[in-house]
Amino acid sequence: MSDNQKVDKARRNLVVATSVLGGAASIGAAIPFVASMLPSERAKAAGAPVEVDFSRLAPGEVGIFEWRGKPVWVIRRTKAMLDSLKAVTASLTDPASRASIQPEYAKNEQRAIKPEFMVVEGVCTHLGCSPQLKTAEAKAEMGADWEGGFYCACHGSKFDFAGRVYKGAPAPTNLTVPPHTFLSDSTLLIGDDRKGA
Amino acid sequence: MASRLMALWDWFDSRMPSVGEEWRKHASEYYAPKNFNFWYYFGVLSMLVLVLQIVSGIFLTMNYKPDAALAFGSVEYIMRDVPGGWLIRYIHSTGGSAFFVVVYLHMFRAMLYGSYKEPRELIWIFGVLIYLTLMAEAFLGYLLPWGQMSYWGAQVIVNLFGVVPFIGPDLALWIRGDYVVSDATLNRFFALHVIALPLVLLGLVVAHILALHDVGSNNPDGIEIKKNKDANGRPVDGIPFHPYYTVKDTVGAVVFLAIFCIVMFFMPEMGGYFLEYNNFIPADPLKTPEHIAPLWYFTPYYSILRAVPPLFNSQFPGVAAMGIATLILFLLPWLDRSPVKSIRYRGAYYKSALAIFIVAFLVLGYLGVKSTTVWGQFGFDAFFLDTKDRATWAARVCTVIYFAFFILMPWYTAKDKVKPVPDRVTM
Repeated sequence: MSDNQKVDKARRNLVVATSVLGGAASIGAAIPFVASMLPSERAKAAGAPVEVDFSRLAPGEVGIFEWRGKPVWVIRRTKAMLDSLKAVTASLTDPASRASIQPEYAKNEQRAIKPEFMVVEGVCTHLGCSPQLKTAEAKAEMGADWEGGFYCACHGSKFDFAGRVYKGAPAPTNLTVPPHTFLSDSTLLIGDDRKGA
Repeated sequence: MASRLMALWDWFDSRMPSVGEEWRKHASEYYAPKNFNFWYYFGVLSMLVLVLQIVSGIFLTMNYKPDAALAFGSVEYIMRDVPGGWLIRYIHSTGGSAFFVVVYLHMFRAMLYGSYKEPRELIWIFGVLIYLTLMAEAFLGYLLPWGQMSYWGAQVIVNLFGVVPFIGPDLALWIRGDYVVSDATLNRFFALHVIALPLVLLGLVVAHILALHDVGSNNPDGIEIKKNKDANGRPVDGIPFHPYYTVKDTVGAVVFLAIFCIVMFFMPEMGGYFLEYNNFIPADPLKTPEHIAPLWYFTPYYSILRAVPPLFNSQFPGVAAMGIATLILFLLPWLDRSPVKSIRYRGAYYKSALAIFIVAFLVLGYLGVKSTTVWGQFGFDAFFLDTKDRATWAARVCTVIYFAFFILMPWYTAKDKVKPVPDRVTM
């Protein structure tokens, strides 16, 4: 094509208009495909609170329950475990849980309604692995000043017995406390904090 | 008989001459430098592994079930009950690791001989895109056996997208198709692994090779052989790809396949590095395995992720560092200011920088398969020690070296004392 040919403005405008419309139509056509990857109605419906029986937990034991596909721990803390919470305060990122997620009634040092029973999501706030229990006896592995708590094997985050994260760990905040209610001395409702829900 | 065949070819050629033209352009009359050495095997070996993966993958899909309730069992069914199923699966799993072995060596070759430098920047960019697509392909495929490592690996990687500021949580939700990694996730990862990404990969490989054949291959001397042509317009230092390099590469392929078979038949799990032991346990959303590490080819980046501490209550810096560590490869052709291509004529600065970089990369890779407590803890207390784990600090040092190699490259490659490059290639 020679350069000195006159450009037919009307035709060029038609070419531009066709291209723009074609492009817009392609984007429009992509929307249903992209939208099809969002959670389905069935996935959205599965999220009801669960009632759990924690009466069989021995002191120092951690029970794992499933709520919304995630592990929720109920930790029956001993006096030694509760005492360790004070001892480790200086090495924590967020000891008062200011930047962490928990219901108002769990925003205390024990992060619990009843200090003896800690209810917390067993999901690391870094990238979602489930940390594992490392008692105070695991000093050989966790270091001499380890007071006991949880260790995330994925990226090395450490937490105390209230799910509070240690400094230097990749996890930015403490473990999340889900809404929960004690229905009786042996049962607990996870996922809702109103009685009789 | 021979003349019949020739007549048949003539009949075909006169109707579709492009087949013969492409053959001449890309094989029988593609002039490649005559001084290719050992390092030049890995391009063709990557293609060989790609073919192995596609073929074995097709046959695996005939018995695999992309369903959270059935997936784990269907893989065991392939291993135990499908005739030869174990072989096909081991080809595919060994091939996954072999792919990264040859691709890493292929990339290292490019760094040794400056193969990314002008005029081959586009080849390098297509190559990095292939590398990134391959990582995505490997990650998606790893979820399919629905074992413990599959599940928790996917959980972590999808959550990497979740920490992107503002759009992160919605993005992660969209990728998973559910609030947790679930059946919906498995089903879509299967679709992406067997259809979408292989198509992308094939397209990129074609682009990579077309771009290569347009500008011509680099060589261990980093000399442009097209600058020195004979009376017929052929590079004097070039030889036709076919038959010279097809024969050479066949030898390489045979040796490679022999090693491949030894691994596949005698150590398909490779001590837990090719097939992780925890992946022989079905996925359990309530319990992360005690020792978790990604497959070996991701571990350098995984170490970088783990080494970077959170800032302002956000884990985004670590994720960003990991992302930038891979994306920075795209800039390599423009960071390197050296007037020469090959390491043979470069000075001490680049040689030392590359050596230190490789060591740092390997240390990061090693630390990535170990727990952060692997090297014990510092015996002293200091204000700057946010963690006493020695391994975390080692990973931080190596992370800094990794980035320094790239960021300081414009400076040290420009300052380097280079040797004169000869006119003809040396053997």
